[in-house]
Amino acid sequence: MSQWNNFSRGFFKENAVFVLLLGLCPTLGVTTSAFNGLGMGLATTFVLLMSNMVVSVIKKYIPDKVRIPSYIVIIASFVTIVELVMQAYVPDLFAALGLFIPLIVVNCLVLGRAEAFASKNNLITAGIDGLGMGLGFTMALVMLGAVREILGSGSLFGLKFIHGDGMILFVLAPGAFIALGYLIVLINRINKREA
Amino acid sequence: MAKKESTFKNMVLTLFLVTLFASSALALIYEVTKGPIAEAKRLKKANAIREVIPVFDNDPGTEVKKLAADKDTLYFYRARSGDQVTGIAVESYTRAGFSGLIKIMVGFRPDGTLIDIAVLEHAETPGLGDKMEKEKSLDKHTGESWTTQFKGKDPRNFSLRVKQDNGDVDAITAATISSRAFCDAVQRAYDGLLMITEELDLDSISGSTEHHNAE
Amino acid sequence: MDYVIIIISAVFVNNIVLIKFLGICPFIGVSNKVDTSVGMTGAVTFVMVIATIVTYLLQVYVLVPLGITFMRTITFILVIASLVQMVEIMLKKVSPSLYQALGIFLPLITTNCAVLGVAVLAVQNDYSLMESVVFAVGNAIGFGIALIVFAGIREHLELVNVPDAMKGVPIAFVVAGLLALAFLGFSGIV
Repeated sequence: MSQWNNFSRGFFKENAVFVLLLGLCPTLGVTTSAFNGLGMGLATTFVLLMSNMVVSVIKKYIPDKVRIPSYIVIIASFVTIVELVMQAYVPDLFAALGLFIPLIVVNCLVLGRAEAFASKNNLITAGIDGLGMGLGFTMALVMLGAVREILGSGSLFGLKFIHGDGMILFVLAPGAFIALGYLIVLINRINKREA
Repeated sequence: MAKKESTFKNMVLTLFLVTLFASSALALIYEVTKGPIAEAKRLKKANAIREVIPVFDNDPGTEVKKLAADKDTLYFYRARSGDQVTGIAVESYTRAGFSGLIKIMVGFRPDGTLIDIAVLEHAETPGLGDKMEKEKSLDKHTGESWTTQFKGKDPRNFSLRVKQDNGDVDAITAATISSRAFCDAVQRAYDGLLMITEELDLDSISGSTEHHNAE
Repeated sequence: MDYVIIIISAVFVNNIVLIKFLGICPFIGVSNKVDTSVGMTGAVTFVMVIATIVTYLLQVYVLVPLGITFMRTITFILVIASLVQMVEIMLKKVSPSLYQALGIFLPLITTNCAVLGVAVLAVQNDYSLMESVVFAVGNAIGFGIALIVFAGIREHLELVNVPDAMKGVPIAFVVAGLLALAFLGFSGIV
């Protein structure tokens, strides 16, 4: 498979959120605004990229029976690095994303990719896969965040275009589920047409 | 490529090494980020205080007194401009909010009148109780928000209860419980301030250079 | 009665799945049958409560005194991963049929954000040990209620005429949204 294919499938055909249904907790939890979705997506992409690369490099040295715990330690380390760096340099975004940052470690996307892909491919391929899946994940989060922000607060990336509140339902829990449901229908449509 | 054998020795050794490397890397990053993290926290506190006491040039975070009440503490920050005390910022709270905990920062002048109030933390209903936040209840034409009614008031003759409870505060429409809780937090701040007046050196407004060491 | 408030808050007002968005993957993945949902709830309850106790002790007696709270994420997730391994081994011996039924979802409890989430929340909310246990039990019950109710609804959905584009996951999400809307009505009780 070409590297371009490797990179681009994370966006539509094998999009983590819309198609593979992985990493749903942060998807629903932080997308009250497009900017939060972007921040979370990029943080996850960083962890995905770094852990994929590390796993693909040291895979030869890890005995089979302890590979899951080892991958978990590696992923958890990069998550902690993200936690500390965000706390230091973007404290407002860190406070907005809250609990979901440490939860990147249990994002099924990250562990799943390390186990299913990075442990069977070389550094470059694993890295590109991590980047593609991560950015596709980010795209999904930004899309959902944008929909919820436009409908719920009448703004996009913080720029308001109506006075007062929008349909508040969309920045609350139910709106997240409903908006995601309809977005999945949309993406399925797009994928069907391309197939 | 041959993977290492899953012997007990290999497994333990691998896990140990991986964890060792991980912990070392993390300890390093922790040291590097410790400073910026503390600085970010300090800045956040100073900004919160500046919202309610506009004029000061010290670092109120270093002149702080604590007062333990119920399960929480009240924090009193002294703001100065030169030697003059320009105000006391009180970090107060209430658990009587519609959705629980609300934290506010109340700015008092040295004579006990209110300067301004800012909301630090809350989980009140969006569109209703959250109007206690300035941005959510801002009237673009007059520049006023719901908390404007507290500015400049003296709690000795401005009753910190909602009008429904025979007080002087206009509750947020359809959010009486949130408004009540907010008043409860402000009252708690004022009561705490009265209890601690002597320690904060409030009666001497001008000229005094001695200040109590922060705890 | 602080404990009552913690339980009501965890089960209804701040339901872990429908309000706090933790545990969504198993929520969507396991909830197409009521029986598997019940089994999953049991396993998650066990892991959640024990994990919260162990991580609480870890935080209070190891991480804080040694000043290494930045190791929280790593140590907590390792505790959870080990617990899940133990549950797997136990379940294989005690109830092989349930073990078969749960299949892949059992090891997936490790990546269940609800378990790690509850452990971290208990520490962040500054609960005592007893309060943390009550909190964990409450959240497990809330998870179970959401899961089982949702499974019941989904079993019915299979028999109903749903537009082709919405079949399967999309309609499940919209229904989950309505369920979340219902739970939103609990806010303000405590």
